[in-house]
Parts: sequence; structure tokens; C-alpha cells
Amino acid sequence: MAPPINRRPGFSKRAQYSIFASYLLGILGAVLGLLLLLISFLDPQGFSVLRTIGAETVAPISKSISEIGGATGSAGDEISAYFNAASKNAAMQRELEQNRIEILEARALKQENERLKRLLKLEEEVPDSIAMARLISSTASSSRRIATLGVGSNSGLEPGQPVRSPEGLVGRILETGPTTARVLLVSDGNNVTPVQRASDSLPAFATGRGDGTVDIQPINIGSNPFKGGDLMITSGSGGLYSPGIPVAVVIRKTETGAIGRVLANPAKVSHAIVQPIFQAETMRQIEKDSAKDVEQESGQ
Amino acid sequence: MARSRQSRIGRQPSQLRIKLIPPLTVVIGSMITALPIITDYPILPPMGLLVILAWRLIRPGYWAVWAGFPLGLIDDIFSGQPFGSAAFLWSVIFILLETLDRKAVRRDYWQDWLIASAAIIIVLIGGMLIVDFRSNMLRLDLLLPQILLSVLLYPFVARLIGAIDNWRVAS
Repeated sequence: MAPPINRRPGFSKRAQYSIFASYLLGILGAVLGLLLLLISFLDPQGFSVLRTIGAETVAPISKSISEIGGATGSAGDEISAYFNAASKNAAMQRELEQNRIEILEARALKQENERLKRLLKLEEEVPDSIAMARLISSTASSSRRIATLGVGSNSGLEPGQPVRSPEGLVGRILETGPTTARVLLVSDGNNVTPVQRASDSLPAFATGRGDGTVDIQPINIGSNPFKGGDLMITSGSGGLYSPGIPVAVVIRKTETGAIGRVLANPAKVSHAIVQPIFQAETMRQIEKDSAKDVEQESGQ
Repeated sequence: MARSRQSRIGRQPSQLRIKLIPPLTVVIGSMITALPIITDYPILPPMGLLVILAWRLIRPGYWAVWAGFPLGLIDDIFSGQPFGSAAFLWSVIFILLETLDRKAVRRDYWQDWLIASAAIIIVLIGGMLIVDFRSNMLRLDLLLPQILLSVLLYPFVARLIGAIDNWRVAS
């Protein structure tokens, strides 16, 4: 430890002034920081260029490490799997038998479903994926929940596109760079997802809580119909997410709604699928309308 | 080696090394978010902050009062916080530390750790308030593991920075 240098100015006016000036610069820095904060709240996308440059610079490091890390990420689970291997094996055999029967039933149902759809002449809306990539890093030291995806606008990614994994919804694209994109995760505090209960399509909103859970609020305020184990899926309203993507499972009730655990744990998602915006036309129209509103307001 | 034949007396390390190493290590610390660690809650210690605190407490004379601002801006690029968050918080910490330096009579290792811990707590809670001040959702239970981890990690970072500092000024 270096001893503190004696920097007391004494009676020298010049030394006193220089200390005053250094403090002034320090305070100026803090004020500038506050101003920048204000700007970034008024215009959240304002500094996205800088963040994109940052993400693009470190992306090669993240990508190469995540290639290695992918193998070791689940090492703990793999080691613990060796214990109880025999009893697990027996249980899995039983499960397999049961699953075989259920698959046959499901196949029959699927055929019937297709036949009925043909009867109704329903056009099947199967959103195809735009890109598939690995989540290469995340803001693990901040209270924001944003992850970085290993592909960007070069692969056709645009802000707003939903990102999902086989388990469920991961989030949506926030900013894109040429080879990276930033994904606002479902559990981020600023992310609101329109959802519905899978069993009876009861509409609700899921707001992130920043810790892998979401706060589910029913649209009909006053009633609290949720119970543990309810599956929440995207409702398709808002036009961003296509309906039917699993989002969360209710783990406990609160006074006004429920707390749900997000199904797609980003730490375990090996590959994320980027989908096109569900109703791109609607979204564009909304943007156009809001732009018109702004023009009208400024004209008045 | 040619260098070993030269006299070691009065030799100075290059000014570039003396001037650039501290900010460079802080920027590398800020880039820790590039590691493929994907979590559901904030757990990774803010390495940029730990490194700059270690430097600031080991070498009080090196840093200008305004140094928190530019390095905080670089940290904001990588941390995912709203732009200006660390620039503001680090500036405040630097002003506080400068005031503390002028008031302090003596300093020791434990005092440094205490000061660093207080600074870490201020910055982490401040950062969460900045993110969530609109939804008014300060959840300390979420932040506690990160604060604990950062406070416990600080002595190791200080050791590392001390070693780098020795190399920096060694001739």
C-alpha cells in the first residue's frame, strides 16, 4: 500500500486553484454522465451504434470461447448423471414405453388435425426461421438482461424479430450489428410479452423481473384465476410474436397476478432460432401511423 | 540478451508503459462481459470497477479526478447498462475518493477494502436504480450475491493490480 501523498495545498494560491479546477472537472464529468443518461432514457436506441461497435469488437473472443465452453457448460450435469445411473435407466425404460404409446396417439391426432384443417381450408401459418445461432455472451454484470447473438444484419436480422429455442421464447432482437445482435430477454424488466393461458386462452401480460422469472398480470383486473403449473404461451396480439410459443410456467400466485418461471433458460439454450416478425405488415402500419401522429402534433 | 548488458542504474521504463497500463487494464476488466457467461440474474462482478478501484487505491497520485468519466463511458459500452450510467457513478466515486484522500490521516489495507466495498455497493445499487427507477423495483435480494462476490473478489484483484503495478514501474 502506498502511503497517501500529502497533497494539502498550504497557503499557495496556485495549488489551491489547481485543486479547485480538478474538482470542477470531476463534477463536470458526473454532470455529463447524468446528461448522457437522460439522453439514453429519452432515446434508448441513441447510443446503439457505440454498443454495436463494442459488441462487434469482442465478438470474435466470445465466439471462440463459447465454441469451447459449449462442451464444458453442462459438465456438472453430466458428472452428476453418473450417480443413480441404474435406477435412472430403469425409470427411463418405463418412460420410453409410455412415450411410444403416446407418440402413436399423437400421430393419429395430427393426421386428424390436418384433415380437419383441410376441411376448413385454413392456411397454415408456419413461421420459418431466419437464422439459427448461439447466444455468445450476456450482460451478466448488469441488472439489464440482454444477451448477444452470434449473427446479425448480414443474415437478415432486424430489431423486433422474436428469438426462440425449442423450449420456448427467449426474447426479441433489440439492436443489430453486421455479425452480432443484441437480444432483450423475456426476463428483462423492460420487456413486456403479451401471453395467454394455454388451457383457456386467458389473456395476460408477462413483464420480466430480472431474475429468470416474469410477473404475469391478467388483462381483466380484479380476478386472479392463476394457479401453480399454468402454462403461458404467446397470444400473438401486438403482432410481434407468433401465437403458441411457450413462455413461462406459473410457480406461485401473487396478490394481483402470478409469478412465472421462464421456460427457455438462456444459460442452457444451445441454439436460438430467429423468426420473422409475426405480422410485419401490421407493425409497419403502426409505425407509419405513429410517425403521422408526430407530424400532426408538430404541425399544430 | 543485449538489455542485460546495459546498466540498470537510473534506467527508466518507457513512459508509454507507465501511462497506458492502468487505463488499459480497466478497459480489459470492463470487457469481461465478452466471456460466454449467460445468466438469468446479475452475478458477474463488475471487473472494470474492481480494477479501477484497485488502481485508484494503490496509486492515488496517478489518477485525475475526472478519470472516472471516460473509463466509465467505455464500461457502459460493454456492460449493457444505459449509456452514461457508469460514467456518472464512477465520476461520483472518484470525487468521493478524492475528498476522502484529503481528509484521511492514515490508511491501511483493511481501510482500503472497506472503502472499495462501499464503492462497489454504491455503484451496484446505483446501477440497479438507474435501470429500474421507472418501474420502482429495487430488489436487493437479487443484487446481494453479486455484491458479496465482488467484495470478496476485491482483495485478489488488488493483489493482481499490485503485481502489474510493480512490473509497470520496474526498470
